[in-house]
Amino acid sequence: MGERYDAIVVGAGHNGLVCAAYLAKAGRKVLVLEKRHVVGGAACSEEIYPGFTYSVCSYVVSLLRPQIIRDLDLPRFGLSVLPLESTFTPYPDGRSMMRSADPAATRREIAAFSARDADTYPIFGKAMGQLARFAKPIIDEKAPDPMSWKPAELMQLLKMGKRFRDLGDDLSLLQYKLTTMSAVDFLSEWFETDELIAPMACSGIIGTMLGVKSPGTAYVLLHHYMGEIDGSSRAWGFARGGTGAISMAIARSAEHFGAEIRTNAGVDHIKVSGGEATGVVLEDGTELDAKIVVSCAEPRLTFLGLVGEKELPDEFVTQLKRYKLRGSSGKVNLALDRFPDFACRPGTGPHMRGDISIAPSTDYLERAYDDAKYGEFSKKPFLNIVFPSLLDPDMSPEGKHVMSIFVQYAPYHIKEGPSHWPEKREAFGDAVIDTLAEYCPTLKDSILHRQVLTPWDLEVEFGLTEGNIFHGELSLEQLLFQRPAAGWAQYKTPIRSLWLCGSGAHPGGGVMGAPGQLAAKDILMGGAC
Amino acid sequence: MQTTPFHPRTSAHSTSYSWKEWAGYAAPCSYASHTEAEFFALRSTAGLLDVTPLYKYDVRGPDAGTFLARIWTRDISKIGVGRVVYSAMCDEAGHMLDDGTVARIGEQHYRCTSSEPWYAWFLQHSRGFDVQIEDTTDSICGLALQGPRARDVLKGITAFDMDRMRFFRIRATTIAGVPVWVSRTGYTGDLGFEIFCENTHALALWDALLEAGAPHGMIPIGLNALDVARIEAGFVLQGVDYISAKTCLVDALKSTPDDAGLGWTVDLERGYFVGQAAIRAERKRGSVWDLVGLDISWEGLEELYSEYQIPPHLAPEACRSAVPLYKWDGEQVGQVTSTTWSPTVKRYIALAQVRRPHHLVGTELYVEHTPMFERRRVQAMVVDKPFFDPSRKRETPAAQPQLREE
Repeated sequence: MGERYDAIVVGAGHNGLVCAAYLAKAGRKVLVLEKRHVVGGAACSEEIYPGFTYSVCSYVVSLLRPQIIRDLDLPRFGLSVLPLESTFTPYPDGRSMMRSADPAATRREIAAFSARDADTYPIFGKAMGQLARFAKPIIDEKAPDPMSWKPAELMQLLKMGKRFRDLGDDLSLLQYKLTTMSAVDFLSEWFETDELIAPMACSGIIGTMLGVKSPGTAYVLLHHYMGEIDGSSRAWGFARGGTGAISMAIARSAEHFGAEIRTNAGVDHIKVSGGEATGVVLEDGTELDAKIVVSCAEPRLTFLGLVGEKELPDEFVTQLKRYKLRGSSGKVNLALDRFPDFACRPGTGPHMRGDISIAPSTDYLERAYDDAKYGEFSKKPFLNIVFPSLLDPDMSPEGKHVMSIFVQYAPYHIKEGPSHWPEKREAFGDAVIDTLAEYCPTLKDSILHRQVLTPWDLEVEFGLTEGNIFHGELSLEQLLFQRPAAGWAQYKTPIRSLWLCGSGAHPGGGVMGAPGQLAAKDILMGGAC
Repeated sequence: MQTTPFHPRTSAHSTSYSWKEWAGYAAPCSYASHTEAEFFALRSTAGLLDVTPLYKYDVRGPDAGTFLARIWTRDISKIGVGRVVYSAMCDEAGHMLDDGTVARIGEQHYRCTSSEPWYAWFLQHSRGFDVQIEDTTDSICGLALQGPRARDVLKGITAFDMDRMRFFRIRATTIAGVPVWVSRTGYTGDLGFEIFCENTHALALWDALLEAGAPHGMIPIGLNALDVARIEAGFVLQGVDYISAKTCLVDALKSTPDDAGLGWTVDLERGYFVGQAAIRAERKRGSVWDLVGLDISWEGLEELYSEYQIPPHLAPEACRSAVPLYKWDGEQVGQVTSTTWSPTVKRYIALAQVRRPHHLVGTELYVEHTPMFERRRVQAMVVDKPFFDPSRKRETPAAQPQLREE
């Protein structure tokens, strides 16, 4: 017998840390175990190349729940989120478009392509904002169970129904379209400019093995508008010190409340006895006991990797195996010895202080998906770029810069098989740099260091099964009461005293912290520890 | 309106043409069409603010310290050369006239800053003291350099090692050959400095700071960003959070230092100073008001606005219009004087004048709020100030431990 904790949290991802902090705040004795040498999981900052800090995986933050920031007093522990100022799209013909917080400036930028779209843009934003208001409580409450007759579950369903009715006919119809249409089809009902539709449609495919023209991709557009109603004026931000600074702030808060966090402490397996989790065994053989075990790891990894199939009901195992992970993206981080000007709009103005999309047309994006469908990485991928060092000079030495490039598509299932990714890593990195060099001619000469992460690397290093950045696709059939499996969407699992608190649980991925908080709430309400 | 000596640079930098009057000078509200980038510069890199319009008085002479101790609530005669103090100034009835800083920049040389003009007041109280009082408001200009990178900006360009510069200290040095006074003070509650020089050197100072600041992400900022930062820092503003007895027509609206939450600036047990007897008498009976921090419930706002089918809609900038403050039974117990959404702590925060005993931390109060023009109330809680207090504000990298002070 080892030490006895109230709760052991497996994985110090941001959700695991949030969950631990809430449990510790409620007076529980909590231990967080992290396999890597730093906390944060995929929300980490590391100095891979001396003097340059990379937000290695996750690179922007939008929906970190404000109540978590307040409850855990995160600004006191170092959290500072800087707003991204714009969304910039360069086109191969030398034109470009910047959308920013300044409505008049945005209107002029869009009007250069279409005066009609320029006027429609704020109206679209308003409609989406209203729908986001409908959707927002969904990410702040646990998923209702539609099969249950419990009064609390019924009340929650009723409340959701009432909110839907309150939307009115026009918005209800829009909501219906949003959940069924493709991002491109949906946006094309509003806009005529392909140069505008393309970058907007991208938010529908991030982290998903679908194309901008695949049905169901419109829904994720809504996430873009949800941050707007959290009391800040801007949705997307960048954490000072990189995304890892968010995890560090949560970790400090958790420790302040009494939680213990151990890094370099990989869990070999979760101990199960008589259908109940009793603790964990570390990779070094150490046994640790707890009243409950909470896994921040991805569900398939948690159950098939850490628990074992033989402890689980067949139906549940079947659902887990069907759970769609199929990662579709990679990441390239660059250390640069000078700023690489974009030929179409040089300099480090406001257009560089937001996110930059290489998404010049909807056909370009669909072709990128075509490559992926048949098991290859996109020769001309969709890129989403930020320059954290422009907003936060601590990220790089003076006058030098870090560039963070999110890349899609990089399908986990390449035709040679996922294990062949390491041989293709540099070719994949080259495709990204070649694509970008068409817009930034001086880029190649300014690269001091390049880190390329393929879906295979994300799986091996960060435990993101199949490289899926959201612990499972955020497609409609894997959300709400289906996440991660029907009947097990409320953080409880078929193993008693084993709980889920990661992005594979409702409401899903992104640096939101919501699964961690909602899991902690349910654990405490049910008196599980 | 008068312009400051930095105007050729500040006006060229302004793309919003958004200016307002500050003590007779034109001062930028914000340089761009929105304030966000300027505010975040203050909290993540550095911001440069023209503070020339502050009233400035140089007091010299063998009696300078004892004279200033007579009109400020802090015992100025006790401060050493190179130190700065924040203090209140009262009338004989113990009512606040102003608040400001007093810096001892030489053995017999002090400089005061204030929000209102006090030349006549200084003269009137200097009878019998061997002092010379000079109004330097229009001859000395100033820039506030505030934010986590402020020290790094100065490091390469000042003759003095900024790593050794401690909180609330001042010293004379040079920047790009310009003789300046640098003090580690500010109105943002963050790491920061205020730099003063003769008007004639203004542009050279501005250019040197802008050049040194660029690699650190420093940008010029206006008063809108400052206003949010000072509320986060819990700093009161004369004319907003309390009214100077000089201009106030009604006694009931005047504030003593204790009323304004500035009781800590009063060194009561010493020789005579203006307002001493009244403050002593008030301390015996207990003051009526306190100035407190409020955390206005975001959940309460969401609930209130949801009745109107809209998300909470707050002004994008700090709000200075006073609104009533109630206790649970509807009795008015004070007024909210400054309100802002805090982008740093992600809370809707306010400064408020509250009648004792409702000033205690943890007290639940209700703030008037008017969504859709209807008078409603939303829950708020009295909390400790400042709302944001980073350790870098006070830390000094090269301070010798035995010299470190609170």
